[in-house]
Amino acid sequence: MSHNIAQFRHDFAIIAGWLPFGAKVLDLGCGDGALLQYLQGALEVRGYGVEKDDANWLACMSKGINVIQMDLESGLSGFEDQSFDTVILSQTLQAVHNTEGIVREMLRVGREVIVTFPNFGYWRNRMQISTGNMPVSKALPYQWYDTPNVHLCTINDFDQFCVNCNIQVKERLVLTDNKPVTFMPNLMGSLAMYRLKAATRP
Amino acid sequence: MLENNSVGIVAPKTAHFSVPLTLKSGAALPQFDLVYETYGTLNADKSNAVLICHALSGTHHVAGKYTENDKYPGWWDNLIGPNKPLDTNKFFVIGVNNLGGCHGSTGPTSINPATQQPWGSQFPIVTVEDWVNSQTLLADYLGIQQLAAVVGGSLGGMQALQWTLAYPERVRHALVIASAPNLTAQNMAFNEVARQAIITDPEFHGGDYYAHGVVPRRGLRIARMLGHITYLSDDAMGAKFGRKLKDDIKYTFDVEFEMESYLRYQGDKFAGEFDANTYLRMTRALDYYDPALPFGGDLCKALAQTSQPAKEQAQFLVVSFTSDWRFSPARSREIVKALLDNERTVSYAEVTAAHGHDAFLMPDPHYHAILRSYLNNVKVGAMA
Repeated sequence: MSHNIAQFRHDFAIIAGWLPFGAKVLDLGCGDGALLQYLQGALEVRGYGVEKDDANWLACMSKGINVIQMDLESGLSGFEDQSFDTVILSQTLQAVHNTEGIVREMLRVGREVIVTFPNFGYWRNRMQISTGNMPVSKALPYQWYDTPNVHLCTINDFDQFCVNCNIQVKERLVLTDNKPVTFMPNLMGSLAMYRLKAATRP
Repeated sequence: MLENNSVGIVAPKTAHFSVPLTLKSGAALPQFDLVYETYGTLNADKSNAVLICHALSGTHHVAGKYTENDKYPGWWDNLIGPNKPLDTNKFFVIGVNNLGGCHGSTGPTSINPATQQPWGSQFPIVTVEDWVNSQTLLADYLGIQQLAAVVGGSLGGMQALQWTLAYPERVRHALVIASAPNLTAQNMAFNEVARQAIITDPEFHGGDYYAHGVVPRRGLRIARMLGHITYLSDDAMGAKFGRKLKDDIKYTFDVEFEMESYLRYQGDKFAGEFDANTYLRMTRALDYYDPALPFGGDLCKALAQTSQPAKEQAQFLVVSFTSDWRFSPARSREIVKALLDNERTVSYAEVTAAHGHDAFLMPDPHYHAILRSYLNNVKVGAMA
């Protein structure tokens, strides 16, 4: 997924707000490196991006971002337990096949995890479904037959997923057009942002 | 004809060192020569030097030609030159022939000052560590305190890694390409077969064949044929030769398939120009290199031994090729993991390529874009 600065500036700022200054960060599916570049500028984070696409790899390198070329689906065995302050999966969750596996891997490698994804429950998506078509929008720009997205979900779905997987939600923010949404977020929110921790077992 | 982004006509130079060099084995070379070439201009603060480390059969002749009529340029000419990925407008590039080589640096074919005869079997076993030690002496000789980068593929990548371990203050970037932190048993097994082919050649004479006026051509030829099989992927061999015949099947052991013709050609060519004693030593250096060995096999600990903060240590680019089974991507990922565990600055690219281990020498556009973009970020002082 590519990060368009103009479009997603606010979610970058929210992510920055969830990181300590100088944090050690791993950005999975880092695209062209725009988020890491922003975080390095804003917070002097020490970061690595993980990206499988050749063109995105070069885009990261041209920004001076450390980038590790690998496919997330093969897991994070190249990274030690709790070796990062925060592991980020920004707008990539919906394109991951082994969703539960990768979230568990992130919680293993990072002391905290940030996950953001387009909310499939957003009313505009529901409208398009109700008129009989798969949604196509700024946040979901692909046709059904030509999309990297395989696991689209709603905010309710992801909340339930966290309960089922015993994941602690430290914070949740929902955005539409770069503005926070608090009223009926699963209906009114376009982008869901979660700050997660592994829950301590009772 | 020279292409217009070539480094042009080049000439090798020789640096003589009269101080004995103690080797890892405990043996010492009383004096030695290193033959080298340079391309580009060393800048005012001497911060733009890049050392190219060669692999098994490489030389100091990395780029350019000796005469306009040379059939081939240096072995990595596609990478190095004005406006090429390793841009000689920016960098001062050094190619060196390693100790034990057969292209001008002191090696088994050189005269042993003690006997006034070729060293032959008496030439000591040299290691990656020894090579890097000798390369630092060449850097001193050239007045270079710190290299902008060390670049190497395969065995050359091991030297780049070793520079960062032994001389962390003398190198800012290491480009480790199609390499490994040590050889696997299978990889060493290929080397052992190659050495046995040479050593059991009746014309090897225990390594002192120079005195007999012969060379163990058959052994060297078979060693090289074996090597070439392992440098190509099954797919690349399939695409290049498949089961193509030279002619109709004749029911003989002569060359019948195109693949046989290729291997024999490569073997003959190599046996005519390379020294068997050098080949033995280069493969042994590969076998022995294992920087994690003193740390119970833990490469992460091996990399943690320098006292400098991670920020000030050499930055890494590690590159592997998907079809390379002799130095597989998994081995490169071991290096990457050890660097990540030490919070080092590292990027890793896994290039989709069909050519197997040979891919690191090919002018693949994406591979070259990777090297170009990384080298663009390497900071050097002003030229004048």
